This record gives sequence, C-alpha cells and structure tokens, in this order.
Amino acid sequence: MSVWAKHQIFEKNSIVLLIGILIVVAIGGLVEIVPLFYLKSTIEKVEGMRPYTPLELAGRNIYVREGCYNCHSQMIRPLRDEVERYGHYSLAAESMYDHPFQWGSKRTGPDLARVGGKYSDEWQRAHLNNPRSVVPGSIMPGYPFLAKTPLDSQHIGQMMKVLALEGVPYTPEMIEKAQTDLIAQANVDDAGAADLVKRYPKALARDFDGNPGTISEMDALIAYLQMLGTLVDFKTYDKKANVR
Amino acid sequence: MAQQASITKTLTIGEGGTIISLIALAVASIIIAAKAWTPEYAFHAYLFAAASVASIFAVFNRYYARDAAPAPQEVDGKPNYNMGPVKFATLASVFWGIAGFTVGLIIALQLAYPALNFDLPWTNFGRLRPLHTSAVIFAFGGNVLLATSFYVVQRTCHARLAGDIAPWFVVLGYNFFIVIAGTGYLLGITQSKEYAEPEWYADLFLTVVWVAYLLVFLATIWKRKEPHIYVANWFYLAFIVTIALLHLGNNAAIPVSIYSSKSYIVWSGVQDAMVQWWYGHNAVGFFLTAGFLAIMYYFIPKRADRPVYSYRLSIVHFWALIFIYIWAGPHHLHYTALPDWAQTLGMVFSIVLWMPSWGGMINGLMTLQGAWDKLRTDPVLRMMVVSVAFYGMSTFEGPLMSIKSVNSLSHYTDWTIGHVHSGALGWVAYVSFGAIYCLVPWLWNRSRLYSLRLVNWHFWLSTLGIVLYISAMWVSGILQGLMWRAYTKLGFLEFSFIETSEAMHPFYVIRALGGALFVIGALIMAYNIWMTIRSPQIASEAQRPQLVPAE
Repeated sequence: MSVWAKHQIFEKNSIVLLIGILIVVAIGGLVEIVPLFYLKSTIEKVEGMRPYTPLELAGRNIYVREGCYNCHSQMIRPLRDEVERYGHYSLAAESMYDHPFQWGSKRTGPDLARVGGKYSDEWQRAHLNNPRSVVPGSIMPGYPFLAKTPLDSQHIGQMMKVLALEGVPYTPEMIEKAQTDLIAQANVDDAGAADLVKRYPKALARDFDGNPGTISEMDALIAYLQMLGTLVDFKTYDKKANVR
Repeated sequence: MAQQASITKTLTIGEGGTIISLIALAVASIIIAAKAWTPEYAFHAYLFAAASVASIFAVFNRYYARDAAPAPQEVDGKPNYNMGPVKFATLASVFWGIAGFTVGLIIALQLAYPALNFDLPWTNFGRLRPLHTSAVIFAFGGNVLLATSFYVVQRTCHARLAGDIAPWFVVLGYNFFIVIAGTGYLLGITQSKEYAEPEWYADLFLTVVWVAYLLVFLATIWKRKEPHIYVANWFYLAFIVTIALLHLGNNAAIPVSIYSSKSYIVWSGVQDAMVQWWYGHNAVGFFLTAGFLAIMYYFIPKRADRPVYSYRLSIVHFWALIFIYIWAGPHHLHYTALPDWAQTLGMVFSIVLWMPSWGGMINGLMTLQGAWDKLRTDPVLRMMVVSVAFYGMSTFEGPLMSIKSVNSLSHYTDWTIGHVHSGALGWVAYVSFGAIYCLVPWLWNRSRLYSLRLVNWHFWLSTLGIVLYISAMWVSGILQGLMWRAYTKLGFLEFSFIETSEAMHPFYVIRALGGALFVIGALIMAYNIWMTIRSPQIASEAQRPQLVPAE
C-alpha cells in the first residue's frame, strides 16, 4: 500500500481528520509558549517592579479603551537608534504585571515604554487636548474629552482583586485602600500620600490635570504615562542577571 | 403520503430548546442591563435581550409557516440543499465588506488629515481602527467563509446541511457577534488584543456560535454520499477547529464582574505577547489562509471546469501548511523581550512556510491548465487567478519580512501594513469577490451575472487601488524605517520622530486614494449583485458538473 493510499484514512473518516489536525496544530504552540512560564529570563523579577497604583491602573484602562496601542508601541528593541531615541531596551520583567501586554505592533507615533518623566504634566495635558498645539506636524487625534470626564473609579478595588487573582501581587491592604490611594495620588499634599508611596514606591502624587477640583480621566491617563518605564533603575540593574 | 399527512405539527426538540435558551438569555440580559456598571454595557445587554426576543418570534413564525413534517432530505432523488443561510451570509458579506472598506478609507484619510478625527471618543482613530480590521476580517471575511463553507460542504457531500435551526443560529449569531464587537469598539469596550478586541461576553457568545458551526459542518460531512471528504473540506475543518483553539487560548480572561464589560486577560507580559501572536499570526494562517484556500479549491476548479491540478500536492501542502503556520507567530516579536530561541524558531518556520504556501499557489494556478484562454473571457475567473498570484506574492514577502535583519527595518512601520493589505485585498478579498460572483447566480437560480463588463470595471479599479496602496506603503514604510535609524556625520540621530512622521503625508494621501478605488470597486460589485438578483429566474437549475473527490 503506497503512502498516498494510507492517507485515505484521513479522507474517509472525519474524526480521524479532526484529531490529526488538532495534533498537528498543537505542537508548535506548545513548544513556543509553555517554556515561557518556566524560563528564568521570562519570569525573573527585577528590582523596582511593582504593580500599578489604583490611579495608574485607571489610567491604563483608559489607554486600552482609547486604543492607544494601535499607534504606540511599548517595547524598545536593543538596536542602537532605538536605545538612543527612547532609552534602555525593554525588559521582560517590565511588563510582567501587564494584563494584557501593551507592546503594540506599529509606531505611527513614537514608542511610549519610557515616556514617563520626559515631558511635564502641562505638556501632556496640552498635547492630549490638542496634539498640534505643541507638536505642529502631529497626526494624533485630540482627546479634549478626557479632562472633561470625571474618572469613574468606584470599582477600582474590584479590578485589583481580579488582577491579584491572576498573579499581580496586590495585597489585601492595597485593595482595601484602593479608593483612598487613588484620591491621594491625584491631589497635591494629600495626607495619604506618604502611605501611598510606602505601598507603591516611586508613585508620583500630584494634580496631573491641573484642575484641583475633580479627578478626571486626564488625571489618570497622565499618571499612567508619567510612570511608564520609570520603575527599574538602570544604574543598578545587572544585565547579566537577566541574560536573554 | 397518507401517513405523512396525518403527522400533527409539534415543536421539534430543536425549536423548543432554542426557545427556552433564548428566553433564559433574554431574562439574564435584562437583569444584567438593569444592574450594569456602565451605560455602554447596559446597551449591549439590551441588544442581547432584543435579539433574543426577536429570535423567539422568528422561531414561532417559522413554526407556523412550515409543514408538519421536517424538511425532506431529498426531492426527486436530488439533495434538498438548504441555501437560505448561505444566501444570508453572502449578502451580509457584501454589506460588511463595503462597511469595512469604507471605515478603512476613513481611517486612511484620518492619518493624512488628522482633523477628520473630530476629537470625539467614538470617531477617533484608536477606536475606528479595530472597527476596520474586525469588519473586514471577521465580518466580511467571516461571512464569506460561512457562506462558502455551507455551500461547498453541501455540494461536495451531496447532502442537505445538517440541523434545522442550527445553521440559522450560526449565521445570525455570528452576525450578531459582529454587531456587538463593532458597536463595542466605538463605545470603548475593548480588551486591546489586536484582532481579538471583543470583550469576554462577546467572546463567550462567539464560542457558542463557533461550536454550533463546527457541529453543523461535521454533521453534514457525516451525511456525505461519497466515501472521500473533498479537499476543500479539509481546509474548512482545519480553519474551524484551529480558530476555536486560538480563540479560547488567547481570550482567556476573568471579568471584573458579570455586570461589567471589563475583564483582564489571565496572561501577562511576555507570555501574553507570545499567546497573542500565536493567535494573531494564525488568525492570518487559518482564518485568512486555510479558509480561503478552501474557497480556491472549490471555486477555481468549478469555474475553470478543470480538476484540481495535483491531489498529492494538496495532501502535502495541507499538512505542511497547518503544521508550520502555528510556529510562525514569534516573527511579530523580533528583538523584543521574547527569548531569542523563540524568535529564531519563529523566523525559521516562517521561511519554511514559503514552501507549502507556494504549493497551494501552484496547485491553484496549475488547475487552469488547458483553460488559460478563459482568463481572457471570464473576468470572474481572472479575479480568482489574480488572487492566487497575490497569495503567492504576499507569502513570499512574509517570509522575507520575518528575517530578523529585514524585520529590524520593517517592524513598526507601514511596510507591515502594506504587506497585510497585499494579502488582504489582493488575496482574501479577490478570491472572495470571485466566489461571490459565482455564488449569486447559482444561489438565486439566475442564468448569469447581470454584467460581466461591470466585473471588469471592478477588477481594474480595485487592482489599480491595490497597486497604489501597497506601493505607497512600501515607500513610506522603508523610508520611515531608514529615517529612524539615520545618523548624522557627527553620530547623532538625524531625524526627530515627528520629522519621520511628517514625511509620510504624501504616501498616506496616495494610500487613501487606493482605498477609495477599492471602495468604488466594491460598490460596483454590490450594484451588479443587486441587478443579478433582480433579473428573471431561470426555469430549472442549470446542470452543473458535480465535483468529484480529488482522488
């Protein structure tokens, strides 16, 4: 019986064909995905990484909602020009708490992996309201509605609870204090700011949207943008500890 | 006969079960709508409730209109094909195609003229771009796949589509999923996974629809009169089961609450990136390739009236294609934090993938052997043959771009966008247009299309559009990639980001022009189809030669 005749078993039996297909398509995915949950370079924790503060998380939700990932990557490749333009190449650990990841696939606008601290809050505000007011040739849409929309944060604790379930190290205390932490971070000289920084080192607490009266979506988004890529201190980071 | 007449009409188990499930869904939706955290989510819950109630009415209407006995499997010794769902999906594909192409044109214009964003939440590029990609891939492409797979599986198995309500549930449920997904993007409901943006409840609903799709397809194969399963059906089956696998793996998420549209994907960081592109690349490999190769394997032999070129080639390239495609995902993650070995695997398999891809192309093109003259006289066949040529071109370009050193230039640029569109417009859309032009006269029992001249116009306008589109993207992509890495003599980066962005403007205008031509072509097709359906019906179905299994 020739090989070709043997193939008839697939052609004459739909269940055999179905199982054959399932086995054949399963192999590649298993080989490429499963080791990533065990390898040192993909699961190692790097000094400085912490979960997002409630306000940053709310900002990240807005980043996702508005589809920013369609035009902005958050993944600096270890190429000379990228490292010079954007900063140290991105580490796996830097997106370990990102559910889902925001590496993106297209740079219609620049990479944002290390945009934190590069521009003032005032610049970010003006840019989000009308990008062409600060970057005349920009083709980015304006987001003036963010500053006008109060942040809906009543369920932020529940969101953190789900993330904790998925492995983000939010402690019960962090979840319990989510609302107070969120308010503390969006205000200047809030009494809770010291506690916030204790729970979330390097957290920046200030009035991001320049409107002290309310906590707007603009507050949250700028808080998120201003912390991007700032957690790991590359002066003390040991490259060899995380060889990839 | 007397026995048949004495059957009293009762609800079938299918009808009864459907009604009970729909009532449960309607009640659950109304409760969720009342307690929803956001008005956007409440709106979706009401849509679910309204659709359930409308479907309950439809099932009862159908029950009162139908005969007591179930629809016969055969009439006069011939299979009693169930073409209603096929017709619906065919028309839906034309509708969604035009909608999706138009949104594509709008976002192309937004990139050239940013004032067109109007700075409103629901008109901004970030929300419209997923609307475009989902509308063309899943709404247009998905309906073409539903229509052709239900048509081809019946024809090649000489059997009526399995199930009574199930095929309608698949077609209508799938289109309802599209409505939920699309309106969700505009309202800001997204999980930000490219080509898998719909949130958890839409994903769950799609899973139910997809399982029904698999069962209807398989059960129809089980009813076949031929011992062999025709090659197109292998590809359809691979497409259906692999998409199910990818969908479940990539969308694993925990909702924040049943009253919230928000969920968080269980994967994170590197693992999530790998799972995403395992999904993303194989959405291309199985949705946009395997499924459409099935179309090629039925409609090209049928239209050219020639057998498939090589049976052995079809076996080899089928198994090779589905095995190798799965590995190619990491080429979307070159030079990222994904480990090098995974990137290298992705690259190597992407290059190897060139072979089975061209195996399919050769099998499609060589089927024309002895019928090449038809290309001069039949613009529909020409469209399908050109689609296979585009398939060959983009499956050559893909492996090239997966080479790490090439990718370091092309990644993050418009070159990728151009590559995708040479595949999506040239291959997927063209083979779909060809299939639609074949299907409409067959389904509606018309002797021929209203106008072949209009097909010619469609063909040339959209070909010009594709050429403008992809060449503009080649130039802009390579130009921007080179500008990003350009250094001055003193060793400084030569261009700021915004300078590279400004340099894109003329190419974005050309691209939009190409897109406009493509939209015009699709509108011509819609008119042609409308006029074909309005033309008089032929008395008896023209005797068409039936396909035999490849062996």
